[in-house]
Amino acid sequence: MSVLVDWLEMLAEQVRQWGRFSIFTARLFAVTPRALLRFRLIVEQLNNTGARSLVIIMLSGLFVGMVLGLQGYDLLRRFGSTEALGTAAALGLLRELGPVVTALLFAGRAGTSLTSEIGLMSATDQLAAMEMMAVDPIRRVCAPRFIGGVLAMPLLAAIFGLLGILGAYLVGVVIMGVDSGQFWSQMRSSVELKDVVEGIVKSVAFGLACSSIAVFEGYYAVPTAEGVGRATTRTVVVSSVAILALDYMLTAALL
Amino acid sequence: MRQTRAVEFSTGLFVLLGFAALFFLMTQITSRGLSLSETSYHLTASFENVGGLKVGAPVSMSGVTVGRIESIQYDATIYKAVVKLAIRTQFDHIPNDSDAAIYTAGLLGGQYLGLSPGGSDVFYKNGDTIQLTQSAIVLEHLISKFLFDKAGQGDSKSSTGKTP
Repeated sequence: MSVLVDWLEMLAEQVRQWGRFSIFTARLFAVTPRALLRFRLIVEQLNNTGARSLVIIMLSGLFVGMVLGLQGYDLLRRFGSTEALGTAAALGLLRELGPVVTALLFAGRAGTSLTSEIGLMSATDQLAAMEMMAVDPIRRVCAPRFIGGVLAMPLLAAIFGLLGILGAYLVGVVIMGVDSGQFWSQMRSSVELKDVVEGIVKSVAFGLACSSIAVFEGYYAVPTAEGVGRATTRTVVVSSVAILALDYMLTAALL
Repeated sequence: MRQTRAVEFSTGLFVLLGFAALFFLMTQITSRGLSLSETSYHLTASFENVGGLKVGAPVSMSGVTVGRIESIQYDATIYKAVVKLAIRTQFDHIPNDSDAAIYTAGLLGGQYLGLSPGGSDVFYKNGDTIQLTQSAIVLEHLISKFLFDKAGQGDSKSSTGKTP
């Protein structure tokens, strides 16, 4: 009997977690317009989440593009249409790989740092101190980080896509010998503005999801060393699942 | 707030790089990034069969793209597919007895609409209908025709061979 009660309690805790998340994001959105006025804080977070992720994003983009070039070349060679490599690489990167891999890397690189930072602030009573001074910690601490993350994501995804196309070009044209003119002209004739927009819409959605999850987990972390560690792990796990689930839904909606 | 010049520089670099990448992707990688500003006029043409022609497919003259397919609809009164074309205004010297035909680009390529100019002195204008049209060649029809022909020939040959 007590097992059943435990189960029900766990279920109720999960439901409560969803409720907390919903209320938290609602508060986050409510303070966003006023937080936008504190421009310097947002720039600082844009540096923290965006500029500092630049190296990992650029390197990953280049390598993902190179792999895509190699795999795409091998696949297309079997059909005798290696000229379509540019199209395949560009569409794959712009619509799917760019936003998704960027978001996964973002969750690992920037999401964890947001969660642990806010979690540690709460563990060292900094958030409580702010409340004592009548400063809303959601508005002062959480919102700028959230906004910074949402702004950084599409820019990072665009850089990732561009470097990826460069990587595919490097492998396909320079190493494998696909005709350079064919590569670009086929790409340009078949990629449409719609495809780029799909990538941007996706990365904005992933930015909203990743940033709100990271900030939420940090804000509600158990204020101990162990609790902050757990919250950081949960950020990565929950963000990754959310990204992949959202990706399926957005692809189905936008296709 | 400790906001040094280095932080400002790296943030600025990131934002500039991001927007440059976005701009490049939107204008250089796509086929018609600036197609919104393009002005065009419309023509309609009806076909027995449009085959695999898609909305957005190119309309070409002598291999040069002069416009796009805007819509494809089925007209239940004439039992034909009605195709609406958007032709760029810079190509306004198309004789009004030009004919439209649906071709396939390459073996696996998509289908497009080709216009071949006629000899009239009067040009198409917005809202005109192309009278002379040629339907898409459906590969299956062609193959089945060819096979039936062959089969027919084979039959006649074998029958003549067996009755000497």
